[in-house]
Amino acid sequence: MNCREAFKEISKYLDGDLKAELKQILDAHLGKCPHCKIVFDTTQKTIALYCDGKLFTLPADVRDRLHQALKRKCAERSSM
Amino acid sequence: MNESFRAEIAPCAVAGSSTMGYTFMPALEVGLGMTAPLLLQANRMSLSPQKLSEKPESLLVTEAKSGNYEAFEELVSRYEKKIYRLALRLTGNNEDAEDVLQETFLKAYEHLPDFRQDSLFYTWLVRIAVNEGLMRLRKLRSDKSEPLEDKVSDDGQVTPREFRDWKPNPEETMQQKEMEDLLLKAAQALPPSLRAVFLLRDMEELSTEETANLLGLTTGAVKARLFRARMQLREELSQALKQE
Repeated sequence: MNCREAFKEISKYLDGDLKAELKQILDAHLGKCPHCKIVFDTTQKTIALYCDGKLFTLPADVRDRLHQALKRKCAERSSM
Repeated sequence: MNESFRAEIAPCAVAGSSTMGYTFMPALEVGLGMTAPLLLQANRMSLSPQKLSEKPESLLVTEAKSGNYEAFEELVSRYEKKIYRLALRLTGNNEDAEDVLQETFLKAYEHLPDFRQDSLFYTWLVRIAVNEGLMRLRKLRSDKSEPLEDKVSDDGQVTPREFRDWKPNPEETMQQKEMEDLLLKAAQALPPSLRAVFLLRDMEELSTEETANLLGLTTGAVKARLFRARMQLREELSQALKQE
């Protein structure tokens, strides 16, 4: 497996979509190719950063306006 | 009588359907029409001493459907931050993200009686939020006479250019705001159709099939776009996070 072929399989590998034999071949390539290993690791890290809930806050004023809007809607429904 | 009994819902089998439907019934009719086990079940639900924050989602949804606003508010509190994050990263600006957030929960409240609980409540919210977000992006694009579909070719080659490793633990060493801005900016550099696939598959963890259904794509197109989106985001983030 060369780097171009390895690169094409990285996304499938992350999704667990690779057949066992191909996974083994890719693992062997990643074990000896530092460039592909960095691409693999940093792609994983990219996904992890977007999923990390600690890296995001809901501004208090946005939350307050949401709950006010919902209470208004609830009050409208009750008065119907 | 408990407040939640003012507008009561009684489960009933839908004729000719294998699924369970829900019908709104006035309180008096519920009392007359409900069988004893159902009445006991409803009483247990509304009188349960369990704290709202400890209740499982399915029970909260059932209580919210029966008109318990506090149960609905607890569901909002559980998911408001995640829906805002999705809305912001999809639309790229605070105003649209707040509109999407409000519309999502207002529509969820309005259409709660139609929610059949055949998916998770959160997945249902994500569907509403993504539709709202994409609608806003389409409007923005049509104002500028640009199509939302960016002529994304699903067989296009993506080749990595950056091979330097990242600084260790950037999420701990960078300021939270700085990291938030970086993730937002990188997502905005993607065409909307790749951005939506990435956010749904990787951030919201929807399946390939769910994502395909929601966006009107084939599963093959979802996989191809996810690959391109991941690689492009990695390149963008690498510019800021790579070791010197």
